[in-house]
Amino acid sequence: MGNNSNFESRKPPVATTGILGWCRQHLFSNWINSFVTLLVIYFLYQLIPWFLDWSVFSADFWINYNGELIVDRTFCSRVADPEGDHGACWAIIIVRFYQFMYGFYPSEQVWRVNLTYILLVVALLPLLIEKIPGRKHLIKFTIAFPIIAFILLYGGFGFQIIPTNKWGGLLVTLVLGVFGIAIAFPLGILLALGRRSKLPVISMFCTLFIEFIRGVPLITLLFFGMVMLPLFLPEGLNLDGLVRVLVAVTLFQAAYMAEVIRGGLQAIPRGQYEAAQSVGLSYWQMNRKIILPQAIRISIPSIVNTSIGLFKDTTLVIIIGLLDLLGIGRGALADATWMGLSNEVYVFVALVFFIFTFSMSRYSLYLEKKLKTGINMGAD
Amino acid sequence: MSEDSIILLQNVNKWFGDFQVLKDVNLEVKKRERIVVCGPSGSGKSTMIRCINRLEEHQEGKIVVDGIELTGNLKNIDSVRKEVGMVFQQFNLFPHLSVKENITLAPIWVKKMPKAEAEELAMKQLEIVKIPEQANKYPGQLSGGQQQRVAIARSLAMNPNIMLFDEPTSALDPEMIKEVLDVMVDLAEGGMTMIVVTHEMGFAKTVADRMVFMDEGKIVEEASPDKFFNNPESDRTKLFLSQILHQ
Repeated sequence: MGNNSNFESRKPPVATTGILGWCRQHLFSNWINSFVTLLVIYFLYQLIPWFLDWSVFSADFWINYNGELIVDRTFCSRVADPEGDHGACWAIIIVRFYQFMYGFYPSEQVWRVNLTYILLVVALLPLLIEKIPGRKHLIKFTIAFPIIAFILLYGGFGFQIIPTNKWGGLLVTLVLGVFGIAIAFPLGILLALGRRSKLPVISMFCTLFIEFIRGVPLITLLFFGMVMLPLFLPEGLNLDGLVRVLVAVTLFQAAYMAEVIRGGLQAIPRGQYEAAQSVGLSYWQMNRKIILPQAIRISIPSIVNTSIGLFKDTTLVIIIGLLDLLGIGRGALADATWMGLSNEVYVFVALVFFIFTFSMSRYSLYLEKKLKTGINMGAD
Repeated sequence: MSEDSIILLQNVNKWFGDFQVLKDVNLEVKKRERIVVCGPSGSGKSTMIRCINRLEEHQEGKIVVDGIELTGNLKNIDSVRKEVGMVFQQFNLFPHLSVKENITLAPIWVKKMPKAEAEELAMKQLEIVKIPEQANKYPGQLSGGQQQRVAIARSLAMNPNIMLFDEPTSALDPEMIKEVLDVMVDLAEGGMTMIVVTHEMGFAKTVADRMVFMDEGKIVEEASPDKFFNNPESDRTKLFLSQILHQ
């Protein structure tokens, strides 16, 4: 080792650090870049104040510009006073908020839905936070959650039965999204492993299944679940409409999930399999402990990507007559009392979807960052 | 098969597609014997030792390890793998697990050892390979030499009767080769049955009971280190030795 003092590191030049340095490097590095920066600033300057004014400052909430309580569309400022400068009329959302959230679920039983939501958060905790105390016990609850949720939402065991045709709004969207993703994930893992299996029968079955489901639009599968699934079931067994849709959505998602996870599996070097086998792990132990944790880690961005896709695709159930969040919105617009307020409804529905999908996206970024910093996967 | 032999390969043949990688390989290894296998690349050395714990399947001939014949029988393969530890050229540590978890994994899951006991065992193995202070780091944070020593500790934790080494120092920087070889010498002195594929001739001279030289899928020469290095029989061996000893 030589004398280090001649090689002490200096601080970087000032012009490349700090806010000014950042702006110069990223926003104004050359004239095209500067022009685009200014153009974008101009558009944002035009757009943001306009949207804030429309959605908040000039908007109606409970009362209109005359101070009257809004009970139908004619009370909305922008309908009652078309000449005036009025923004959105959120009363449609406020008045119909219950429907947007729960559909036609009986209001004296709605605590069951709210309780399910709270329990859903509890069930998600051990999955989202690795270091939570008592994770092992919470995981048991997470595994039991679908059954608890079913009993709470649907009924039985002393609870009044609420048929699924009374469910609607965000409730249906979340049931399809959460259950679709949660059931499709393990199914996708099995399909991905199956497709790579050395046993030709299993691998062929999984490949056929994945290719068929992926090759067909989700709407087709929904119709299939609605119309054809009952024909395959034994007589007398009448599956609930929502369950049939859930089956279709889950199979669809499982096929995509399988391909995403297969991509991750292909990135695992052969040496990992060999090392796992040479210490005596069985096929399932090897996959559970060594291969899948790494493969899933690699596939997180794609897993979240397809999950977000599915969450939004649940709106397609409108085609077969289920009233999800968007369906309730369209129902409200079809009602003569609130006709014409489509901007408000679609903005609200978009916002609710955005809240969920954006959280999913943020969570995936957080996971990627944590896994990258916590564990250095490469040897460098 | 004599009383004290622990590995037996009889007329073993293997093909990759149409290419024959092993040609009538016969090898008998006694308990506590240390074999060093060398030969040019592509000569089938790695394939041969990988057949011994069934990472590769042989197509013809007979392989018996510790009295268990390797066939399609999965139970046999499982029991052989519990007897045989293996160390790879690329270390193949599990990057998502800490050093300690890398070592405890198999004892906990394969041998159903309680976690506390397995951790104690892991620390003992890390002492043997002289890096107990790295227990809670991840493989990516270690140097190549340290990673390879963890890999050795991971194999030893399963308490194998036989250790296979597949070019354990070939992926290491020159500075780190010695620390790995030292651990292997300790292991040899402890009486472990070892088959080592390596080009470290210094190691071979100090440790090996027998040298095995392979070329084009065949065992060309088998001899004591003394005879092998000083008075080899075949011309192929002479050529090989003159090339690697003049580096």
